[in-house]
Amino acid sequence: MEFLEFDPTSDFKILLAIPLIPLVGYVIQIFFGRFLPRKGDWLLTGGLFVTMCLILYMVAKAIYAAYEGEPFFHESVDHGISWAWFFQSALPADSSLNLNAGILFDPIGAGMLAVVGVVSFCVHLFSIGYMKGDRRYHIFFANISLFTTAMLILVLSDNILFLFIFWEVMGLMSYLLIGHFSHDPDHPRQLFATKACKKAFMTTRIGDVLLLIGIILFYNHFHTFNFTELWAATTEAVKSNPEGWGGENSWMTWAGLCILGGTIGKSAQFPLHIWLPDAMEGPTGVSAMIHAATMVSAGVFLLGRCYPLFSPDALVYVTAFGAFTAIFAATIGMTVYDIKGVLAYSTISQLGFMVAAVGCGGLGVVAGMFHMVTHGFFKGGLFLCSGAVIHGCHHEQDMRKMGGLWRKMPITFVCMTICTLAIAGIPLFAGFYSKDKIIQAAMMAGEMTPSWAVTFASWALPAAAAITAFYMFRLIFMTFAGKTRDHHVEEHAQEPPWTITTSISILAVAALFSGHFYLGGDLLASHGTWFDQVAFEQLADGHSNYTSLAAFYPGIELQSSYVMAGADVAHVGEVAHHAHGSALTTSLIVAMAGILLAAIIYLWRLIDPAKITGALGPVYRTVYHKYYIDEFAEATFIKGSVAMSKLLKWFDENIIDGLVNLVGRVNKTAGFFAAWFDKTFVDGAVNGAAALSQAFGAAFRTLQTGRIQQYASFAIGGALIAAVWLILSS
Amino acid sequence: MGLDAYIAVSAALFVIGVVAIVARRNILYVLFGIEMILNAANINFVAFNRFNGDGLEGRMFAIFVIILAAAEAAVALAIVLNVYHLFSTTKPGDVDLLRE
Repeated sequence: MEFLEFDPTSDFKILLAIPLIPLVGYVIQIFFGRFLPRKGDWLLTGGLFVTMCLILYMVAKAIYAAYEGEPFFHESVDHGISWAWFFQSALPADSSLNLNAGILFDPIGAGMLAVVGVVSFCVHLFSIGYMKGDRRYHIFFANISLFTTAMLILVLSDNILFLFIFWEVMGLMSYLLIGHFSHDPDHPRQLFATKACKKAFMTTRIGDVLLLIGIILFYNHFHTFNFTELWAATTEAVKSNPEGWGGENSWMTWAGLCILGGTIGKSAQFPLHIWLPDAMEGPTGVSAMIHAATMVSAGVFLLGRCYPLFSPDALVYVTAFGAFTAIFAATIGMTVYDIKGVLAYSTISQLGFMVAAVGCGGLGVVAGMFHMVTHGFFKGGLFLCSGAVIHGCHHEQDMRKMGGLWRKMPITFVCMTICTLAIAGIPLFAGFYSKDKIIQAAMMAGEMTPSWAVTFASWALPAAAAITAFYMFRLIFMTFAGKTRDHHVEEHAQEPPWTITTSISILAVAALFSGHFYLGGDLLASHGTWFDQVAFEQLADGHSNYTSLAAFYPGIELQSSYVMAGADVAHVGEVAHHAHGSALTTSLIVAMAGILLAAIIYLWRLIDPAKITGALGPVYRTVYHKYYIDEFAEATFIKGSVAMSKLLKWFDENIIDGLVNLVGRVNKTAGFFAAWFDKTFVDGAVNGAAALSQAFGAAFRTLQTGRIQQYASFAIGGALIAAVWLILSS
Repeated sequence: MGLDAYIAVSAALFVIGVVAIVARRNILYVLFGIEMILNAANINFVAFNRFNGDGLEGRMFAIFVIILAAAEAAVALAIVLNVYHLFSTTKPGDVDLLRE
């Protein structure tokens, strides 16, 4: 198996080629796409297929290394491969003012790469069928290709500045893609798309500014952007300071909270989640891209990369924001009727799970990253399936008008059910293992590092899991089961073309298998998943050593959570084992309960949902209106900024313009005096000289009569005078 | 009768010529004045050659001046004809285009 061992000389070139292929494709497509046959879709989809194959080859190397029990953490800088950027050759090469960008390939990156590659390829393939006939077909393909490029570079970057740059590129691409229909005057939702893309761009901008502040704070103290150097510097600073995270290191809490702010914006956490449901105005392929492969997972990925930089105080807020978002968005998901809207809120909720998990620390980081990977597959699958349903129903998105579609669209039905089972957390499907691990991490954290946030999370997350199972099966039952409620939809419903069914099948297979396969072991007898094997050192008894995150952050002594250096391996293992038991039971019970409730209400129709909503009254209305967050934001932030703008306008017009006008008046007065001086003295001197010459000219012109005889007499008179003078002077 | 008598005649001729040039109202008389000045010079050349010199230079110069005067008279008469043609007058005082 030598070909699966990581070879720095050739493999960094492959890793470099991975983002370059879609980038080159983008450049070709944006300039020449409209002239190519089929408007160039085959070019980008083919390119993405090559990229996906390269990625899977590289990921296979990561998994092989885990199988062999070898560490898998590669930095291109260690092998002398880096790209100078902002490089001043006058300074020493290792000066903090010189930025060297390199590639960092580690287990987190490998997991994320696999998701980006597979989901992006599926979205490209899907869009060939879904976007057929769109008037900006070639632009759409160019944009999703650059979106993929940005995410790939973000994942592979070894420094936080490059991560931030491509984080922003993704912000731009999300704006362009969510607003794809805003350039189509014939599209019925053109205005909504325009509003949605603006909202997405401006809401995430709040988080981006916070992230930039956080990056600058860290650079200001540690003079580096490089991840490994930042981790080491943080650990060193905490260790050398007797107060640890407190005292002179307390700024790190604030910097960590700023980075959390970036995640809150990009990963749509409360209270900046409002952009994400509106982003459903984009084409469905874009929704799958944003929600599964790129964009929102970038926020969680950032948390994973920056975990060692978070102080325990900051981690409490990470958990709190994540857990609150998880349950908050899940409750809204129960009341939505738009098929993509349900998935949008479920994405917010699942991202809450991941953020909360990272906040729990230790095992939670691994669980959060694991959920990021599995969620990428099944949520990508769910979105593409919903796209297939929408495509089949002629762009009908209201679930109340669907029903009984399983007969018409069997492949879509099977794929969507697999993905739904995965997100609901049914054993053998991917989501179960990652979500179970998150709940386990929350329970472990409750034991090891108790705090109010962790306690809240250990109750909120299982509740959110139950609600997730409920609303996802509500979606399945309303869409596919029962009788058709709208004849127009039923008549037209049909299985989509092969490009769509192929792409959703690929993702359904990934949703089925990406959670649990154990490398070279017995499926049932093993104690962990493949991600455990990748992330943790395996002990002799088959358990994982949860006290060290050396696979993610090699050489870093993490001090921010219970995975402390010197913690007792056996004790942690015991706590983990105990927590695993309760987590397994809890997650199974909540998933079953949620599905059962959904079946009672929406499949067997034993209870009329209208009765429940009627009984809940104002509570239901509040949730149905998404807790009035949008209205609140409209009333406070938007109205507030408009009022602020008006105030600034007044200030501008009266104070600033007043000052400008004052300066203008002063200048005008000064200019008046200068003009007077000019006219009087300078012009006077010039005119005086002219007048003098004129006077002389007037005097002399009388001599010039034009009469030859007069001239002759002057000449003779002059000659006579000269002669007289000569005679007298001799 | 020495050199002074010749020079006195020459000076008188010169003064008559000058007055003719400056004062006469007919352009032909101006030409006659020029001829008189030239002949005043000729008298001087011949007189100085007769009393002071031992060669023929003065007399040769006088002959040259006569030739030059003939040429000059031809050119001057052409100018006078043209002036008359252009201005329909022979009074030098009326031809004052140079003033412009």
